[in-house]
Amino acid sequence: MDTQFTDNSMLLEGAGLECIRDDRVLFSGLDFTLGSGQTLLLEGRNGSGKTSLLRILCGIRLPETGALTWCGKDITSLGPLYHEHIAYVGHRDGLKLDLSPVENLVMARGLGRPNPDTRPEDALRRVDLYGFEDIPVRNLSAGQQRRLALARLLVTRSQLWILDEPFTSLDVHGIELAEELFLEHVSMGGMLAMTSHHAVNLDSAHIHRINLSA
Amino acid sequence: MNGESTGSAFVLLLRRDLILAFRRRAELMNPLLFFVLVTALFPLGIGADPELLKAVGTGIIWVAALLASLLSLESVFRSDFEDGTLEQFLLCAHPVSILVLAKVLAHWLVTGLPLLIVAPLLGVLLDLPGDSIKVLMLTLVLGTPVLSLIGSIGVALTVGLRRGGMILSLLVLPLYVPVLIFAANAVETAAAGLPITAHLSMLGGLLVLALSLSPLATAAALRVSLS
Repeated sequence: MDTQFTDNSMLLEGAGLECIRDDRVLFSGLDFTLGSGQTLLLEGRNGSGKTSLLRILCGIRLPETGALTWCGKDITSLGPLYHEHIAYVGHRDGLKLDLSPVENLVMARGLGRPNPDTRPEDALRRVDLYGFEDIPVRNLSAGQQRRLALARLLVTRSQLWILDEPFTSLDVHGIELAEELFLEHVSMGGMLAMTSHHAVNLDSAHIHRINLSA
Repeated sequence: MNGESTGSAFVLLLRRDLILAFRRRAELMNPLLFFVLVTALFPLGIGADPELLKAVGTGIIWVAALLASLLSLESVFRSDFEDGTLEQFLLCAHPVSILVLAKVLAHWLVTGLPLLIVAPLLGVLLDLPGDSIKVLMLTLVLGTPVLSLIGSIGVALTVGLRRGGMILSLLVLPLYVPVLIFAANAVETAAAGLPITAHLSMLGGLLVLALSLSPLATAAALRVSLS
């Protein structure tokens, strides 16, 4: 996977975002811009709205007020045209336990914009799951399932990766592997929006930090 | 995204759901077993008088099919909701309504189609005349997809609720009533020797209506449920 994202003018902008949950204001007046090759790192205590913000970035949840634009256009009006540029790994891995890793990746690839350079087998090799292609996902360990969820990011050509605690249940080796993928993605002009309790080992020059507890 | 890749996403999802259903085939037997048992218990309950059974037989089969379809409804989106794949569908590069259509079609193939195959046997069991069975089959072919399509809207609305089963029935059953009325009436009319084209046209119309509108409504309902 060495293709550069050809269009480096992509820009995700949030302006005046507010999120209310159960009559509690989680955050308001939040502004940010995220451009090609940059990382948005969300910090904050539990329940401070990190996941809610990520779901707003995905377009699954609507902000109470404020606008979220992709290249100047509102993401809700873009719909699938926005979604073909993003890949999301949430709390739940989004894998079918009764299917094999390859079957899961084939499905993920078909739902997005397929990456011509990365077949499902290649993606499995990248996350060290080669040899597990045909084993039902149910029989994989939690860490292996997480790695498979991350492999899903590789089979589509999505510029923006939205990751909710991507290091959950990964071991040291798994975390290294994931960081390698993230670095590579960012260096190719991709964008990253993520939350993490771990210190993230990424190039700090291109990281925007947003602390939701502040 | 062009139409060709959307088409292939439709086929992929349809295949995935059929494979998943096949790997959990024990669960598939439940609605079918329910359908057969309910129908088989009726003669025991109301007496095995052939005239009586002839009069109420098609009604019994239709009501049992309707309840069996309601029973299996929840599985359309439940497991996808729980493991997070439903979120991925909402974030995909294709219109969600197309994916919904693939899921409902897969669901009908694994739950509705078996009912269709067993229904004529149950007709024979209840000693229905051949012509009635033929009309019954016609109405089931047109009617059961409508049940799945309407039901998917209800499931999409209730999938986020912890105990959605009761609300689902209350939401969906009233919408099932027109289908039941036209289907039962068609069989009755045919038994009286009158033409039933009007009834079949109505059922066909309902099917076209459900086919075109329900995926859009279901997609919107899924967005509400997941937000």
